[in-house]
Amino acid sequence: MEQAKEKLRAFLGRHTGGRVIGDDDRIFAAGFVNSMFAMQLVLFLEKSFQIAIGNEDLELKNFQTINAMAELVERKTARS
Amino acid sequence: MELNSQRQRLRAEFRQFVDAHVVPGANAWDRQELMPPEVVRQLANHGYLGAVVPVRKGGAGFDSVEFGLLNEELGRGCSSLRSLLTVHSMVALTVSRWGTEALKTQWLEKLGQGQTIGAFAVTEAEAGSDAREIRTEAIESGDDFVLTGHKKWITFGQTADLFLVFAKSPRGHCAFVLERNTPGLVISPVHGMLGTRASMTAELRLEQCHVSKQNLVGAPGFGLSHIASSALDCGRYSVAWGCVGIGQACLESCLQYAGQRKQSGALLREHQLIQRMITQMVAGVKAARLLCCHAGQLRDAGDPASIIETSIAKYFACRTAVEIARDAVQIHGANGCSSEYSVERFYRDAKIMEIIEGSNEIHEITIAKSAFESVPESVAITR
Repeated sequence: MEQAKEKLRAFLGRHTGGRVIGDDDRIFAAGFVNSMFAMQLVLFLEKSFQIAIGNEDLELKNFQTINAMAELVERKTARS
Repeated sequence: MELNSQRQRLRAEFRQFVDAHVVPGANAWDRQELMPPEVVRQLANHGYLGAVVPVRKGGAGFDSVEFGLLNEELGRGCSSLRSLLTVHSMVALTVSRWGTEALKTQWLEKLGQGQTIGAFAVTEAEAGSDAREIRTEAIESGDDFVLTGHKKWITFGQTADLFLVFAKSPRGHCAFVLERNTPGLVISPVHGMLGTRASMTAELRLEQCHVSKQNLVGAPGFGLSHIASSALDCGRYSVAWGCVGIGQACLESCLQYAGQRKQSGALLREHQLIQRMITQMVAGVKAARLLCCHAGQLRDAGDPASIIETSIAKYFACRTAVEIARDAVQIHGANGCSSEYSVERFYRDAKIMEIIEGSNEIHEITIAKSAFESVPESVAITR
């Protein structure tokens, strides 16, 4: 889980001009990111963690924070 | 960039199809503002409408570069027909990527085989570059949503069987698949557009359209951020390659014309100012194609950078297409202003590409923001 968070922090940092984002910061609500970012994030999660994000994963709570995304990755990788 | 043998074979096949079935009729379709149904059937019969649908689901399962080459060749012949491939693929990809298993079972094979034609319905009179401004409403009512609103400039809306419709609900933006025969869906043609005149553009009036909750694609709140965003990414990629095709068509027309037309006692090809325009066309087409290929390779790798690289490719390719088409009209002189020559159609069609799937200005904002994001705010200035 910590490894996933580390990768997420690095990815988010690259898309926010190096801004430090806390694990519980709401990244979309804070307006850190542009309109294309949501899909970039999906592709990043899929490629980095070898998971497939589908219809069933589209819940706001899954993408709101670094912690939420790390939990999503953990659930998805445990299932596969 | 050298194409592998499979891509070379496909490219030759696409080119042959376009030369045989598209080029001969494209000017007339443009004048008549009509896409003959038999042309769409031929596209389907060749499997091209299933380009982005996996083989196991009845599609052609092309990779991104192969799909791009198809768009280039169709764009070389007729941007209106290429726009059918664009919007249909956007719908097919969305169902494949984000649809429930039930929606995939119901629609994917039909879309892949071209038995069902898809169209993308987000744009409204007051919602173009900023889709968040859409006013079409989706209100929950039992097992349904009720859609009310007005969509405008919907490519192939006149003939599509299945629409991917976007609306706002109290729980956020939503995307639905909506069948053409849904009661309350009123479709009327739009005529007199500047370009892509054969793209069967339509307005959709949604007058209390009841659509089952099972037709919802993705969850409420994800309609724009994920569903529209991924579809538009596919659309931008398709349009970018289509613009390479426009550029290539203009170049080929000019090479032919300049080799036959004499002015001041010499063929146009011998005039140095004509040579400059030809050089700019050659370089522009090659550069745009390379950007498209690069984006395609990233897409096939599932790389997050594919999204911004697709935006860059689209931005460059459509600007290049307009510049090339403008010069192509210039080289053709008065003939280039006549509907007897295709270059005037290419010029009008190219202009449309600077507006659809993200206007130039939207891409300029996006690409610049992305560039700035890649630089840490605290970085020291190098002197």
